[in-house]
Amino acid sequence: MTWVLVFLGGMLGAPLRYLTDRFVQHRTGSRFPLGTMAVNVLGSLVLGLLTGLAPSTGWQLFLGTGFCGALTTYSTFSYETLRLAKENARTLAMANALLSVLVGLGAAVLGFGLAALWT
Amino acid sequence: MPTPPSRGLLLCAIALGGGIGALARYGAGLLFPGTPGGFPLTTLLVNVLGCALFGALSVLLTHGVRHPLARPFFGTGLLGGFTTFSTSVVDAEQLLRAGQPGLALLTLFGTLLAALLAVWLGVAVTERMLTERAPAGAR
Repeated sequence: MTWVLVFLGGMLGAPLRYLTDRFVQHRTGSRFPLGTMAVNVLGSLVLGLLTGLAPSTGWQLFLGTGFCGALTTYSTFSYETLRLAKENARTLAMANALLSVLVGLGAAVLGFGLAALWT
Repeated sequence: MPTPPSRGLLLCAIALGGGIGALARYGAGLLFPGTPGGFPLTTLLVNVLGCALFGALSVLLTHGVRHPLARPFFGTGLLGGFTTFSTSVVDAEQLLRAGQPGLALLTLFGTLLAALLAVWLGVAVTERMLTERAPAGAR
């Protein structure tokens, strides 16, 4: 049963990442990968909140491991950073790497803090 | 040029890949659970492996693999779902909260550096293999 929950969460998270990325990239029209940053920051906020709320194992597997895990991605993030660096946009590459990680951490802290207010 | 897949088929390929990728990551966590409150090595290794494979895949997709569902299934779905940003960042947040700032920074920036190195290696090694295989006249 636990495997099914992770699988279903992943099946929801990955297409939602694709759709959000397309939506954001279409809006900004920039080569800066804001779409991936948006899903990574959003997913970190939700997972921080979930970690703080500490729901039952089933919800953690479905929403945490499955959904948030697949909504966010390291592979696309690192590939897009590399691509910027190779296109001689070193500053953008550096900004993407550092901003993603630091804003992501901030989102996780915020999510965990929000959970503390809630409970 | 092959015809682009319908939006529904594209989303199905991403969803299926994402489900399988998340399961593989979950399986890795069950096989190598690590120590609670310690350095999240399994997540780091999953991310590094996923980044290296993503780099290799991106080269293959621009050199020959033309199936219109290959990128959505293997890239966006499978490897996108296998690797995770949120777990790594929340692990760092929890280490910070547990009074382990050193381990938190190592998680945050160690993962970043290892992932960037892995994706670069994945691209470089695959490009090298392809150019060595191709006859000089075909380049």
